[in-house]
Amino acid sequence: MRVRSAGRGGAPGARGPGMADTALFEFLLTEMVAELWARDRDPDPGPRGQKTSLSALEGMGFRVGQALGERLPRELPAFREELDALKFLCKDLWAALFQKQMDSLRTNHQGTYVLQDNSFPLLVRMASGVQYVDEAPKFLAFPCGLLRGALSTLGIRSLVTASVTTLPACKFQVVIQKS
Amino acid sequence: MSRQASRGTESKKMSSELFTLTYGALVTQLCKDYENDEDVNKQLDKMGYNIGVRLIEDFLARSNVGRCHDFRETADVIAKVAFKMYLGITPSITNWSPAGDEFSLILENNPLVDFVELPDNHSSLIYSNLLCGVLRGALEMVQMAVEARFVQDTLKGDGVTEIRMRFIRRIEDNLPAGEE
Repeated sequence: MRVRSAGRGGAPGARGPGMADTALFEFLLTEMVAELWARDRDPDPGPRGQKTSLSALEGMGFRVGQALGERLPRELPAFREELDALKFLCKDLWAALFQKQMDSLRTNHQGTYVLQDNSFPLLVRMASGVQYVDEAPKFLAFPCGLLRGALSTLGIRSLVTASVTTLPACKFQVVIQKS
Repeated sequence: MSRQASRGTESKKMSSELFTLTYGALVTQLCKDYENDEDVNKQLDKMGYNIGVRLIEDFLARSNVGRCHDFRETADVIAKVAFKMYLGITPSITNWSPAGDEFSLILENNPLVDFVELPDNHSSLIYSNLLCGVLRGALEMVQMAVEARFVQDTLKGDGVTEIRMRFIRRIEDNLPAGEE
């Protein structure tokens, strides 16, 4: 689908017309995960099929992340360092998308960052605890792509993976790729 | 503080765009996966149905609407409560059939299609077909079998987007929704 870029002013204060409710994204992603998984189950069971679903979801997340990155408010300060960009993702982008900030950001100052969300909204609906941990990665592929896409718009190439320890907490690992 | 207010709006706008952009990515992916537009339309309808059967609970919990006594009340609730709540628009209701079993929802603007243009080789694609599935699935959970279909689409050059809703029958049996 071709996407036209168009500036849109939102009415300040009240919720503007034509804005989708935040619940819709969660419903849509849940169904996308279910649909891609159902399709892979039949013709191509096994690790190869799973890999296709995950990379399709990650790829969609990437394109959406890029598009969102382009719509970021124009008064964005130029990032002095990579760390500023990561902080921006953790605070501003995450809050804009999921109504909460990342809970922690750690780095080894050598291009690896770990972003932790103790209560990631996409995972909250799943039962808390260990039982559904195997299902969770399917829901994290898209957000990994989102982060990778937003970073790419900020001029940063990266690899993003995610892991779940105990629902609904998860960690995103961002490894900056030097060209 | 006006800055805070505009921050809140920016945030809501981004959340909204997250949904519409994700929907666009989904349609693009489906167009790659399926050979023809008809199959994509069917897939969107099916996915919409699956969403609808879950969305209805969210809707009933948040909207406090009581049971609708007839199709006219249902139409009002769909246009003035549901569309408003989920898409921030209020379609108008027109073109009632004499029997009162069909009506049209007219959407002056459709948030799903902001920033979208249909490429030339997808003239049969019903881009927003997910909506029809959602309506069908949600209403089925409140015991109404309906048909929903697009009869006008701004993406195809029409002046407005029009969804035609047709009441088929009341569902008496309380069968659980099939998991698809």
